[in-house]
Amino acid sequence: MSLDKHQMAALIARDIPHGAYVNLGIGRPTLVADHLPADSGVVLHTENGMLNMGPAAKGDDVDPDLINAGKIPVTELPGTSYFHHADSFAMMRGGHLDVCVLGAFQVSAGGDLANWHTGEPDAIPAVGGAMDLAIGAKSVYVMMTLFAKDGSSKLVPECTYPLTGVGCVDRVYTDLATFLITPSGIEVRETFGITLDELRARVPVPLAG
Amino acid sequence: MSAKIYETAADAVAGIEDGSTVLIGGFGMAGMPVQLVDALIDQGAADLTVVSNNAGNGDTGLAALLAKGRVRKVVCSFPRQVDSWVFDGLYRAGKIELEVVPQGNLAERMRAAGAGIGAFYCPTGVGTPLAEGKETRMIDGRTYVLEYPIKGDVALIGAHRADRMGNLVYRKTARNFGPVMATAARLVIVQVSEIVETGDLDPEAVVTPSIYVDRVVTA
Repeated sequence: MSLDKHQMAALIARDIPHGAYVNLGIGRPTLVADHLPADSGVVLHTENGMLNMGPAAKGDDVDPDLINAGKIPVTELPGTSYFHHADSFAMMRGGHLDVCVLGAFQVSAGGDLANWHTGEPDAIPAVGGAMDLAIGAKSVYVMMTLFAKDGSSKLVPECTYPLTGVGCVDRVYTDLATFLITPSGIEVRETFGITLDELRARVPVPLAG
Repeated sequence: MSAKIYETAADAVAGIEDGSTVLIGGFGMAGMPVQLVDALIDQGAADLTVVSNNAGNGDTGLAALLAKGRVRKVVCSFPRQVDSWVFDGLYRAGKIELEVVPQGNLAERMRAAGAGIGAFYCPTGVGTPLAEGKETRMIDGRTYVLEYPIKGDVALIGAHRADRMGNLVYRKTARNFGPVMATAARLVIVQVSEIVETGDLDPEAVVTPSIYVDRVVTA
């Protein structure tokens, strides 16, 4: 069976090392937080200036001054710290974050990432922190469905959408398989409800099993 | 000189000229100096370049300034949001210029302006459309893009508390761009929830020292 988004999030959560400093991109990657075990020791970073971010705030805990990168009200945990934007992005660029998890439109065989702009004429470009995260975190994990709505593979020889970062992606977690991007090419770590031969027939990049 | 305390937001924004580059703090509405932006709307300065993370939310604050047609250009990282209809409409009608800047570059370019740095090499955006036409340099085996400072004529900032000298503390993630913008503009105007007596802020906890702050008003 292919994985749903919660199963994908759980898989990523299991692969995050104990005690890692982690940034979860807006959208689906935020689901990973729900699957981190209580004793994971993982510290979540949010680009708008906070470490050790807690779960989403509910009811009386909602504070308009305490939000995440998706502008959702969140909570503090013991050990939380706040800092300004230049410091927050220095943490990324300076290589201090262990892992970031990002969504993607496309990932190339060489680990190029496209996730900020469709390039369509009437689309309004909005990059946020995606480019800084993509080149900054020590490990960049992508979480996406393997195929677009039109059936085309989002793992591609070269990205056709505008790039977010060059050669920056380490792993791609999808509903049908987990891919490791290595200097010698793409390795399939595991598959879900599909065989390696079926994957090779639908994904237009060489896949090592 | 130490900051001056103003009685009203209207007094605090007096003198902002047409054609100014205005740095506006906030990440979404957290830290957005709404009363100062409203006062700027009433004050009437036009042909502005606004530097802010977003391009306005809903119909208030920055969105209202845009709706009045006072802004020529927006420099931001993330204009498109579920509630950015004012900007979206102006952009699609060709009535506003947009420079999209990666969020970390936006912060670091203002930090550079405030710190007297002439330009800096940054790895963000290498090989992407946002680095097209920019000078690059290989340093220690990695490619970097040359990025220039963003200087403001004016910064409008929201903070939590000020003392009467203009030292500032912020609250939670409403800090965001405030401390960097406070260093990067010639005239720094701050709205706070509360002004306390000088000496009542813990010196170890001051985030923006008074040297950066020109005008303070409670809102």
